[in-house]
Amino acid sequence: MSHNAVAAGMIKPIVSATPIDLTIVAIYFVFVIGIGIYLKKYTKTGEDFFMAGREMTAWIAGLSFLSANLGALELLGWAGSAYEYGILAVHWYWIGAIPAMLLLGLVMMPFYYASKTHSVPGYLQLRYGGATRGLSAISFAVMTILMSGVNIFAMAAVMQVVLGWDMNFSIWASSITMGVYVVLAGLLSAIFNEVLQFVLIWLGSLLIPILGMVQAGGWSGLKQHILTNLAHFGVQNPGSYVHVWSTLGHFTDNPMGINWIGIVFGLGAVISMGYWTTDFLVVQRVMSARDLRSAKMAPIIGAAFKMFVPIIVILPGLLGLGLLSEHLVSQTEVTAAAAHGQVLYSYNDVLPLMLAKYCGPGLLGLGITALIAGFMSGMAGNVTAFATVWTHDIYKPMMNPKASDAHYLAMGRWSTVLGILVSIGTAYFVMQFASIMDYVQALFSFFIAPLFGTVILGMLWKRTTAAGGFWGLLAGTASSIAMYFWVDLQPQALQYIALSPDAKPMAADMFRALWSFVIVVVVTVTVSLLTRPKAVSELKGLVMGCTDMPDEGSYPLLHRPMFWAVVISIVFVALNLYFW
Amino acid sequence: MSKHVNSIWFLIGLQVLIYGVLITGTGIWEILHPPSHMADLGWTHPAIWWGGVLLALGLFYVIRFRPAKSFRD
Repeated sequence: MSHNAVAAGMIKPIVSATPIDLTIVAIYFVFVIGIGIYLKKYTKTGEDFFMAGREMTAWIAGLSFLSANLGALELLGWAGSAYEYGILAVHWYWIGAIPAMLLLGLVMMPFYYASKTHSVPGYLQLRYGGATRGLSAISFAVMTILMSGVNIFAMAAVMQVVLGWDMNFSIWASSITMGVYVVLAGLLSAIFNEVLQFVLIWLGSLLIPILGMVQAGGWSGLKQHILTNLAHFGVQNPGSYVHVWSTLGHFTDNPMGINWIGIVFGLGAVISMGYWTTDFLVVQRVMSARDLRSAKMAPIIGAAFKMFVPIIVILPGLLGLGLLSEHLVSQTEVTAAAAHGQVLYSYNDVLPLMLAKYCGPGLLGLGITALIAGFMSGMAGNVTAFATVWTHDIYKPMMNPKASDAHYLAMGRWSTVLGILVSIGTAYFVMQFASIMDYVQALFSFFIAPLFGTVILGMLWKRTTAAGGFWGLLAGTASSIAMYFWVDLQPQALQYIALSPDAKPMAADMFRALWSFVIVVVVTVTVSLLTRPKAVSELKGLVMGCTDMPDEGSYPLLHRPMFWAVVISIVFVALNLYFW
Repeated sequence: MSKHVNSIWFLIGLQVLIYGVLITGTGIWEILHPPSHMADLGWTHPAIWWGGVLLALGLFYVIRFRPAKSFRD
């Protein structure tokens, strides 16, 4: 459904909230502000504001780590993707997340944690020096704040389509509320609210798959409904919508237009590794853990829950595919239809439609609260990460290196306010020029894969030099940007990047990431071999082989990160085999 | 463990408990005053059993992590 058509009063919103639903939403707002006020007295130093005092338990850090990613756009977008592509969308939750989270916990976290740095760019400073840190910090700060603006706009548009709320109201109410609790207590209140959001998202969303599966008659019944519905809509090869791996032999065998190489190497080995191990927005949560064992356990706890997030995201999309009588279409088709006065729903409307299908008064309010909570914590994640990188990696080293802790704490609070205002400005800019939204989202992807190459080489290979790290990161990022615009200007270029004329746009992202990672590795290794490395004594705590790793053997079996990583790996393999 | 770190579970429990009371109450109201339009599978009264789940979960967390207990921890 088009938000412009809803705004013009031409179309009714998807759901209609009753007073009890609005009461439930209002209680959520009271709680989040109350949490900020309660926690302010515990936020006295820069360490409290930027790192939540480094005293989070593994559970709180782990759930917050997962929650920072589990925003409402994620819920709506991937439920929509499950409707559009079928169960293939689950790859973004399994191979596109679990191995990376386990790598972060078992291999990378000891270096991030032992270096006692405040951020991922901070680690790059220690490992590679100021130039690499500056490149990473400035690109991260700019992209994060632009993404925050895009998310605010998208949230307001969704609230208008789903509930009929005015976009200005949604933008300002959510931004001011989030601003109040983040300015008061920084990362501490952001983490508290993310854990709260995690619980609310599950409680608000779980009813849809429960009732949906009852109505569909279990998994086998749902598969039958999907095949019948897709055949009715005239979709080719409907069987490919209910298998995870068996249709990935060739680009033309599945609705995503991708093959297993793109999924395994592009998504699993590069994109997800880049996102889950080097995107500071999520890594910051784990850095707040109270000790190294908690820091290693946090991503592993996150991985355990991540494996089951498809129950509340992918399954509702598949239930929509099997049980909804409406045929949902792309946003382009919705907009074109709206111009002729015809009402169609888009893929991204599937979750609100399922909410309206199963949830009466009260339960609807809980579902809406889950969406709002997702939006708010997503925004808070962006803003807290921005404030930390701005203060510690840009302002402090480049503008004012010798100020007091109180000064940096004040700078953190002011940069939070500034970040929110820039985000709001970006949201209004996107409202005027909707086409830039795709570019902003693409911009973020330019830096993820190359940064992973730089960080992982720095952690695992002591021969990597400062010049190698810098030129590798620059070359990888530049090549990623070049490939994006090559395909954007000449769509036929996709066949060269994805190595097949049958590849679809989704495959472009995977292969672009893969190639940019390869370029980072080649350039970093070549330049490193031609330049002088740091002395081994300078790499202590930063590089494998130069760092004493604590032995897990002293912990009971159930407290060992490695034990739980093995358990999760077994479940991960079993799930993939079951839905093969 | 710091008292305020533990308090997150109490606050979550309190909010879920309040939601449980409101949603179960709405479910009971709907039984007494059936609405003209009911959601799919509305005859199973999800507001009552799901509200009950929230109520029980909220109550457990509020008691388990009540502030007086957190002080002792």
